[in-house]
Amino acid sequence: MNPFSSGTRLRDMIRAIRACKTAAEERAVVRKECAAIRAAISENDPDYRHRNLAKLMFIHMLGYPTHFGQMECLKLIASAGFPEKRIGYLGLMLLLDERQEVLMLVTNSLKQDLNHSNQYIVGLALCALGNICSAEMARDLAPEVERLLQTRDPNIKKKAALCSIRIIRKVPDLAENFMGPASSLLKEKHHGVLIAGVQLCTDLCKASTIALEYLRKNCTEGLVRILRDVSNSPYAPEYDIAGITDPFLHIRVLRLMRMLGQGDADSSEYMNDILAQVATKTESNKNAGNAILYECVETIMGIEATSGLRVLAINILGRFLSNRDNNIRYVALNMLMKAVTVDSQAVQRHRTTILECVKDSDASIRKRALELVFLLVNDTNVKSLTKELIDHLEVSDQEFKGDLTAKICSIVEKFSQEKLWYIDQMCKVLSLAGNHVKDDVWHALIVMISNAPDLQGYAVRSLYKAFRTSNEQESLVRVTVWCIGEYGEMLVNNVGVLEMEEPMTVTESDAVDVVEVALQHHSSDITTRAMSLVALLKLSSRFPPTSERIREIVMQHKGNVELELQQRSLEFNSIIQRHPNIKSSLVERMPVLDESAYIGKRAGSSQATLSADKSSQTTSSGPSSLKLPNGVTKPPAAPLMDLLDLSSDDAPVSTSSTTDFLHDLLGGDSISPGVAPSGGAGTDILMDLLSIGSPSAPTDVLVPNAISSKQGNAPEPKIAPAPVMDLLDGLPSREENPVYPSITAFESSTLKITFSFTKQPGNLQATVIQATFTNLSSSAYTDFIFQAAVPKKALAMRIRMAYKVNDQDKLEQGQINNFPRGL
Amino acid sequence: MIHFVILISRQGKVRLTKWYSPYSQKERTKVIRELSGLILTRAPKLCNFVEWKGYKVVYRRYASLYFCMGIDADDNELEILEIIHHFVEILDRYFGSVCELDLIFNFHKAYYILDEILIAGELQESSKKTVARLIAAQDSLVETAQEQANSISNMIAQATK
Repeated sequence: MNPFSSGTRLRDMIRAIRACKTAAEERAVVRKECAAIRAAISENDPDYRHRNLAKLMFIHMLGYPTHFGQMECLKLIASAGFPEKRIGYLGLMLLLDERQEVLMLVTNSLKQDLNHSNQYIVGLALCALGNICSAEMARDLAPEVERLLQTRDPNIKKKAALCSIRIIRKVPDLAENFMGPASSLLKEKHHGVLIAGVQLCTDLCKASTIALEYLRKNCTEGLVRILRDVSNSPYAPEYDIAGITDPFLHIRVLRLMRMLGQGDADSSEYMNDILAQVATKTESNKNAGNAILYECVETIMGIEATSGLRVLAINILGRFLSNRDNNIRYVALNMLMKAVTVDSQAVQRHRTTILECVKDSDASIRKRALELVFLLVNDTNVKSLTKELIDHLEVSDQEFKGDLTAKICSIVEKFSQEKLWYIDQMCKVLSLAGNHVKDDVWHALIVMISNAPDLQGYAVRSLYKAFRTSNEQESLVRVTVWCIGEYGEMLVNNVGVLEMEEPMTVTESDAVDVVEVALQHHSSDITTRAMSLVALLKLSSRFPPTSERIREIVMQHKGNVELELQQRSLEFNSIIQRHPNIKSSLVERMPVLDESAYIGKRAGSSQATLSADKSSQTTSSGPSSLKLPNGVTKPPAAPLMDLLDLSSDDAPVSTSSTTDFLHDLLGGDSISPGVAPSGGAGTDILMDLLSIGSPSAPTDVLVPNAISSKQGNAPEPKIAPAPVMDLLDGLPSREENPVYPSITAFESSTLKITFSFTKQPGNLQATVIQATFTNLSSSAYTDFIFQAAVPKKALAMRIRMAYKVNDQDKLEQGQINNFPRGL
Repeated sequence: MIHFVILISRQGKVRLTKWYSPYSQKERTKVIRELSGLILTRAPKLCNFVEWKGYKVVYRRYASLYFCMGIDADDNELEILEIIHHFVEILDRYFGSVCELDLIFNFHKAYYILDEILIAGELQESSKKTVARLIAAQDSLVETAQEQANSISNMIAQATK
């Protein structure tokens, strides 16, 4: 051939590329070569096609795009000669993948080559088909491959068998066509054919139960014989690896036996002897032997083995576990995970070794061991295991801490019988690895604390102590801040002290210090700070002497760049300063958070984070959970009137009262107390208009109708405030909602009320009504109370307004019937 | 099954990749990048298995090259180590004390050898002798074809002088 410079030789190109010192140089060389190749392609030059494709493949391996060469593969495959076909098929497998449509064009060439007289060309076609075919190609060419399974040449036979595996994976319906031919492959002597045949049978079993039954019936005997022959065979240099004849065949046969013996006592019994022989006879000083033993143990665990055989398997496992080779230990941990389901007692015996593996220096081993430990936890050993794991948490690597924390938290949650123990463990985990604790975990802790009134004092004191030592763990800070806010007086007054607690004096000022630190700390994020502000508000009510100090702290954030914090700062300041008489009812003790609802919701939501529920709260403009104190509303724009019942001579009601609350902190639902009003029928039922986004819409909160106050034993009237829309929240979503016209709900000579409506996107069951009150007189109104009641069926509302004008009480009432249709 | 075979050098250069499951070009580069980061940084004494995205990757270092195979979670890792060694020994026999340079300049031959050992992500032949024989037969086919082509073009060149 006359090597005119239409291109360099492959070798020279590779040399040139390797000589490049910088990426830019390399790009230049590659660009030049690609240009030459493109030119040759467009000229349809046949001479250098072979070499050009080889160059393209090299360039492809470097990471450059080479799709312009795809058709060259096809042309080479269509050529007559063996070298062209060889490189053509190789290029096809490298440059294309099964999802490309160009691949379909090869189907014809493949068909011809599968029928070629040259056995090596048939081999090329089978190889390409087996590596890269798509489902359609598989369907088209399956008959050819089936036919080739019957040829005499073992090279073609084994390739056809493996090609069939791919066909079955792509088109499982065809599995039954291959059942017969596959089982006859097992009668061959050639090891390559046997290995391929056994693998084909294994895949057939996975693809079709009919095939599984067929093979179980017809092949179990043959399989046992193959294994016995190869296990007993004398030294065969061609197949020998580390003194064992063809370990690969051993392993494949063992795996197929597992599939056939699973769930079938007869075949399992048939396999018993040979399994015992392999388990005892195989040398385990080399990897090949260990690989066989590994597969053997897996098979024994997988079939209906006798107890003697199981004991044998567990012994091998024990030996593996104490092997010094890391690979063997890894594999042992793997096996133990399967063994747990079969014989949990035996595995428990190895618990100490497994715990050691959790502390291993190898990350892969640690991971396996941790998963295994999780499977081993039961009620008797949970306390000691948890203690070990938490001790290790202290010293473990950063990357491992996340996994370890998550596992400890799930163990603690799943197995905790005593709430005290749960609180203790969680305190420790939060102190050691609070930053790795997921949101739903510490939410669950709070729910639990709220449900354990006798442990609340203990909890808040433990958290306080923990905070003093590890206040950089975010989740710990959040839980502590919330608890101090809620149970501050228990902390300071040493309420509910348990016997084992050390005495501790915490002053009100100390408690405020803690929250202040949390607020000001540089590493606290918005959620923590928001929670701290709320906690401070609570403390200003629980510890009146600190009120002024708290107010000053709160005011420091009035100019905060975060809108949420800014707003809270200003509003809380306003409450502390100007509304001292409602403050205590605003921040009174939260009702018991409904554990079962929380758990149910958590199980339901796929994210298992409460941030998913945030959209249903009207106040979320910040990141993760924002906790509002009970009863705090965002005041409407104008006029600034207090819509809560201000006759707070009512004592804080018990948690099971019929008090209505604005927000369920954990989900935006209203908590439905179990108490019905003693009024019974005839009483208007007040629906919580603020359960926006509650998935179970008709959770009616029964509140005694304040209007019919003649009912003597009706509990203190607490009225739901008029629904208020968070202006911050409403703004972005307003455009997307269907718009309803606002109505004049009430108009008299002295007062006008207009309602405007929006719906939250994605939740058309609930409507948010914004009520605007206008004073039509020239005097000021004070102590304004607005009450509203709705019947269940009709869309109407009865309203009642009571206020003071010039020191005189005034009462106005009305009925609203003009709600927009289709609301 | 084996989902992919990747050979990377100590510096992270790719010497051979074979994909037995559908991966687009983008996905392939991503896999290579992530696995290089994961495997090249592992200390020598650790076990040869890493868990990655639901797969297990078995790797072994031979001189300056890492041989990596990605397998299903329920495959036999120790066997894959043997398959890797099987491949390396056959390469060694073919090239005569194989080194990385051999695989760079003769990458297509390395691929041909791999295609005689694995198809569809499963083992094809456990006898090194048989693999060597098949490769030799195909190599000689190629040589004969080239000789024929040479002699024909010589004749044409002579005739057209």
